[in-house]
Amino acid sequence: MATPVSPIPLLKDELDIVIPTIRNLDFLEMWRPFFQPYHLIIVQDGDPSKVIKVPEGFDYELYNRNDINRILGPKASCISFKDSACRCFGFMVSKKKYIYTIDDDCFVAKEPSGKDINALEQHIKNLLTPSTPFFFNTLYDPYQAGADFVRGYPFSLREGVPTAVSHGLWLNIPDYDAPTQLVKPRERNTRYVDAVMTIPKGTLFPMCGMNLGFNRELIGPAMYFGLMGDGQPIGRYDDMWAGWCTKVICDHLGLGVKTGLPYIWHSKASNPFVNLKKEYKGIYWQEEIIPFFQTTTLPKECTTVQKCYIELAKQVKAKLSKVDEYFVKLADAMVTWIEAWDELNPSGGKAAELANGASK
Amino acid sequence: MNQDDIKDSDIDIVIGALQPDLTSFLNEWRPVFSRFHLIIVKDPDLKEQLNIPEGFDHHVYTKPDIEKAVGASSTILFSGYSCRYFGYLVSKKKYIISIDDDCLPARDNEGNLVDPVAQHITNLTTPATPFFFNTLYDPFRVGADFVRGYPFSLRSGVTCALSCGLWLNLADYDAPTQALKPQQRNSQYVDLIMTVPARALLPVSGINIAFEREMVGPALFPALRLAREGKLRWETIEDIWSGMCAKVICDHLGLGVKTGLPYVWRSDKGDPIESLKKEWQGVKLMEEVVPFFQSVRLPRTATTTEDCVAEMAKSVRERLGSVDPVFNHAADAMLQWVKLWKSVGSGSSTPGGA
Repeated sequence: MATPVSPIPLLKDELDIVIPTIRNLDFLEMWRPFFQPYHLIIVQDGDPSKVIKVPEGFDYELYNRNDINRILGPKASCISFKDSACRCFGFMVSKKKYIYTIDDDCFVAKEPSGKDINALEQHIKNLLTPSTPFFFNTLYDPYQAGADFVRGYPFSLREGVPTAVSHGLWLNIPDYDAPTQLVKPRERNTRYVDAVMTIPKGTLFPMCGMNLGFNRELIGPAMYFGLMGDGQPIGRYDDMWAGWCTKVICDHLGLGVKTGLPYIWHSKASNPFVNLKKEYKGIYWQEEIIPFFQTTTLPKECTTVQKCYIELAKQVKAKLSKVDEYFVKLADAMVTWIEAWDELNPSGGKAAELANGASK
Repeated sequence: MNQDDIKDSDIDIVIGALQPDLTSFLNEWRPVFSRFHLIIVKDPDLKEQLNIPEGFDHHVYTKPDIEKAVGASSTILFSGYSCRYFGYLVSKKKYIISIDDDCLPARDNEGNLVDPVAQHITNLTTPATPFFFNTLYDPFRVGADFVRGYPFSLRSGVTCALSCGLWLNLADYDAPTQALKPQQRNSQYVDLIMTVPARALLPVSGINIAFEREMVGPALFPALRLAREGKLRWETIEDIWSGMCAKVICDHLGLGVKTGLPYVWRSDKGDPIESLKKEWQGVKLMEEVVPFFQSVRLPRTATTTEDCVAEMAKSVRERLGSVDPVFNHAADAMLQWVKLWKSVGSGSSTPGGA
């Protein structure tokens, strides 16, 4: 087993790694060969008086709840407390073009050959190559080495569209909901599926925030992880919510979402009974939420992510408030989020579409 | 239907013979195929006698058989790669598995021989999940499941009616692509099965395919015939055309389509540059049809696959007939196919797909 060689730090100055944590950042030691060149944004959840030690040698900024309150003032109400949903604060304060976010219980996985997987490098590859949402390619991502478009794939669709999201997967502890965890406590994901693919336009998916990359300039404002945790009736639906909003907006704006490689090694199985309490309402609510997202349409005038998101918030309030009062609060928080985003990112709007081809 | 309830006698393996000597092909497949009944359809344009090794339960159909069943004027529908559709027509089994005669068994990443029949049957007898994407792919595979956030009401899935397999070595590329990358061979065995989401279109390759005969058979037809169609896959487009129709129809009827495993190993054959010198008609035609397929809608009154095909033929004539005469011919062929399916074929599909 060769010692990991320093990878080419692609997009070193254009990518931030956002990590929510409430415990410690020991996991960073294993990621050091891959993460050290990059700037980290640590979002410390929970008790702000606790000191989170960041391993030596990393360039980082750290925000705790006091910082969030100070920076956002009353708008801080849109950022969850006591839930990893708080990570989206990191997305908001970043000044970079790309974000990679990872949970603090995720480690470096190995390919079947035994080689360590540089997850960040794969996410970058995914984000820098086009997506193909309008027609499914049976050999999956045609831009990966060794693959291509198959016979019958229309040539006019082979240029693809810009990729906004790269959704990675997990070996070992799978991202199951509480009922599934309770029924299958021993199940581990051992299947390494060597593929990346674009999720077709019009298709929704459950987005997991554990191992996620995205183009902040293209889709950042849609990556709001909702109101979860302390004082909220629901948890473990933060990334789901962000994913559904993001996919609808990506479909509307002609942007692509990829899923598949890279894998990380998910080490910690959360307590299924605790999870059940958090998810309980979500399991019922999602039966209404999904048809809502499947049928929602955004008007042509929504040409920026922010405009799309505000419109979505309006529709959430109009159509989901009958499900629960929570959605009224959430819709308001969605608006607050956009206001805060625009305040902290004054150039705003959807960035010039890769006009300068700023990729290394 | 549960996989354990499937008997060998529920399955027909349909082989279109475009080459006369099937000895090495069938001998290589013997460990997998010998349990099943084979329908071998000889390309009516092939002059030589077929050479078939001993030990297979099989039935051969040649040009006279085709003419007798469908009439001499219809025989053109079944030439070249399209000859296999005659096999679909005359089969009486529940499931059909069809593999090109230049494909051999593949090996997986552990070096084990892949049994595509078993895998296709597994695909067809476990539900498909077209309405919501599962990020761990087919949740009915051992070791997988639905992930967090997957709506519970969608977890029973729908019947999978079509299973599209893949190819190692010579992938199913078009001529321009293979000509541009003459050395490129597909060596990536991707351990994946997934449902193609509803409303997503895909190119369905006929090289390695399996389906529930009554549900999907009427929607797989040799209708789009290129003016200079040839005896190499990249000189044809009929499977792509019928596959797209089949997907629209499956979406409409609430049936599922899976893609991924199993792989077969496809032998090197043909010179893509030679093929490129012929017309690019297939490539050009695909450009015309995409907007059509993306927007075509079938009426609620179409509840059987045959009805859906008839409606599609109508739409094709109305919206594509003026684009290129080949589409009018395709519409005619689709209607002719439905007639043949009802008269020559056995059994019509149940409304809404059982």
